Amino acid sequence: MDFTYTETQDMIRDTLSRFLADTYDFETRQKFINGDLGRDPAIWTALAQELGMLGAAFSEEQGGLGGGALENAIIMEELGKVIAIEPYLPTVVIAGGALKAVGGAQADAMIPEIIAGNAIVAFAYAEPQGRYDLANLRTTAKKDGAGYVLNGHKGVVYAAPWATHLLVTARTGGGQRDTDGVSLFLIDANLPGIVRRDYPTVDGNRASEIYFENVAVPGDALLGGEGTGLPLIEQIVDEATVSVCAEATGVMQKLHEGTLEYTQQRKQFGVPIAKFQVLQHRMVDMFMEVEQARSMTIMGTLKLGLPASERMAAVSAAKSKVARGAKFVGQNAIQTHGGIGITQELAIGHYFKRATMIEGQFGSADHHLGRYERIALAD
Amino acid sequence: MDMEFSPEDLAFQKEVREFIAENYPAELRGKQDEGDELSKEDFLSWHKILYKKGWVAPAWPVEYGGTGWTPTQRFIWSEETARADCVRLMPFGLAMVGPVIYTFGTPEQKARFLPRILSGEDWWCQGYSEPGSGSDLASLRTAAVRDGDEYVVNGQKTWTTMAQYADWGFFLVRTDKDAKQQEGISFLLIDMKSPGITVRPIITLGGEHEVNEVFLEDVRVSVDQRVYEENKGWTCAKFLLAHERTGIAGVAASKRGVEKVKAIARTELDGDKPLLANPFFKRKMAELEIDLTALEFTELRSLAGANAGKGPGPESSLLKIKGSEIQQRLTELTLEAVGHYGAPYFRGFGDGDNEHPIGPDYAHRAAPTYFNVRKTTIYGGSNEIQRNIIAKMVLGL
Repeated sequence: MDFTYTETQDMIRDTLSRFLADTYDFETRQKFINGDLGRDPAIWTALAQELGMLGAAFSEEQGGLGGGALENAIIMEELGKVIAIEPYLPTVVIAGGALKAVGGAQADAMIPEIIAGNAIVAFAYAEPQGRYDLANLRTTAKKDGAGYVLNGHKGVVYAAPWATHLLVTARTGGGQRDTDGVSLFLIDANLPGIVRRDYPTVDGNRASEIYFENVAVPGDALLGGEGTGLPLIEQIVDEATVSVCAEATGVMQKLHEGTLEYTQQRKQFGVPIAKFQVLQHRMVDMFMEVEQARSMTIMGTLKLGLPASERMAAVSAAKSKVARGAKFVGQNAIQTHGGIGITQELAIGHYFKRATMIEGQFGSADHHLGRYERIALAD
Repeated sequence: MDMEFSPEDLAFQKEVREFIAENYPAELRGKQDEGDELSKEDFLSWHKILYKKGWVAPAWPVEYGGTGWTPTQRFIWSEETARADCVRLMPFGLAMVGPVIYTFGTPEQKARFLPRILSGEDWWCQGYSEPGSGSDLASLRTAAVRDGDEYVVNGQKTWTTMAQYADWGFFLVRTDKDAKQQEGISFLLIDMKSPGITVRPIITLGGEHEVNEVFLEDVRVSVDQRVYEENKGWTCAKFLLAHERTGIAGVAASKRGVEKVKAIARTELDGDKPLLANPFFKRKMAELEIDLTALEFTELRSLAGANAGKGPGPESSLLKIKGSEIQQRLTELTLEAVGHYGAPYFRGFGDGDNEHPIGPDYAHRAAPTYFNVRKTTIYGGSNEIQRNIIAKMVLGL
């Protein structure tokens, strides 16, 4: 048992942190967001080619640095500290995770493209009727010769406007909510019949509604077994869930630090408001939530490799705790800032918006408490 | 970073399990199962077994009688003793005054007191709080006036846990009335059989006699029983409080507590289903387990930091706050789970009293324990004081 980071892990954190300090201050981020594209592609290229950051979580045989889930967590936390809009989560954590799990020719072909920064993948899994149920799918993939034909509607697909590829969940059999009959496809994002409606999200990202209209996809787009994809999808979503916990930890830390700083500058009744014990205790409670979010992220990350039921219980424990912590820290950061907190002017409000979206991403606190109870508290 | 136990760790775990299974006193186990109040001899029986084995003070440096275990081995030890529901060793000697003596004491003090703490020959109590000095501990007024090679101590201490059994006490006393509050305090070791000491019981809400008032009237204490410099006792006090707080997280014991509540909630019926199937109860249980996991991993991170050369610092206040809240929620859920049979008041088996308590075995201590455990957010520096400490020491406010 060991709770320390390796030198390489410390180096990854330091390198990324310095790079982001130089390139990703709040004003620059706002410029990226408000541009036509919604991001600066040079950042992604630099992360890949100058820093080698996109390979940190891949094995050396695959051209990476030999890391895994812990490296993903470190990188996501640093990205969270600057509320970065880079598509690391869907590309490296989710698509990369799926490719690592299936291996073979598909992994050999695609992982180098991810590491080089050439491929951006969006994860098209959610559907308007499905809420957080990964198997609740109306999107279908019908066998057609050697390939498949996709039809359906995927909702709120983060990073889809930038994506070169889409990772899509679809039904190859069974009824709308069956656990059998679910399959996972990695496809070119520009295939004929893919219709996108792009839009900005409230937390500064870009996303799309995606409609598949008789989209012909090749047979080798299928990742894993036909109709038996749900366990793999659950696994990669668990990995992604822990990754947003890591991101949340970075976001929450900045919300807390920003609040500490502001209360030491802001004077009322002739003193900095940080002198008031009621605010000091509030900020201590925020601090404790940040620390517990960090602890739960580590816990979830270390348990990703356990058998599915233990992994799910651990991930749900982490996400429910972090989601509630994110709400508490975000809301109290705004409250403590007072009027200025509810404007677009300060960074604090933008951190709050990302924290709020993380709460629900891959399942709300209630959703995850429910899943935890079904596994850990069977009566 | 990983959670794997090495083959050596697994072998150690096996050794610990077997040792407990073979050596834990059967009589003590029986009393615990019945929910009896435990006597001094009960606590000491397990203490002495561990002393004989050399395992009574895992946290101490090896040169003073510690085990030299790795942090992982210490983690395994606390897990296994909690899993087996072993009684907690009294902390006053082993976890409190012992570390103060080996850190700040003279060679003579170390030789005189440490072996008797390890062996259990001396039972210690803590003379800190006073009627007028609770959270504001540094306002204490018990005075020690120098008279040759002795101090003459006068004053009153309160909330002195287990003083009725104590052979020795460690006391904070004022040795300079004119200095700033924290600067005029000294740390004295006082023989509880000294003339002039009176111990009077305080009975707490559950009916227990745990705490006492201690009156000191012209108690003469040799100067060589002062630890560290005169008027520098606050340094010892702060050191001790930080040590006290880490143990206070009580993760392993709370994990055991969670299993006990779950067992009750699987036995008690709510309609035609176990109480644990009630969605409201189940949700509270889930939240408690998850918060305990967060505390556990926060403590593990803190221990990793301590292992890297940082002693228990102000972050141990976080462990105290969250640990004590969880202990209270456990007793709250237990009381809720037992339903009607939380009400009958059972005083414990007195001499010649063999009557079985009313209701299920797990029920009759539920309310007294709930009442008693309200103490955890008050003692060791109330949770409000802990927030002040974090605000000042961690957040720099």
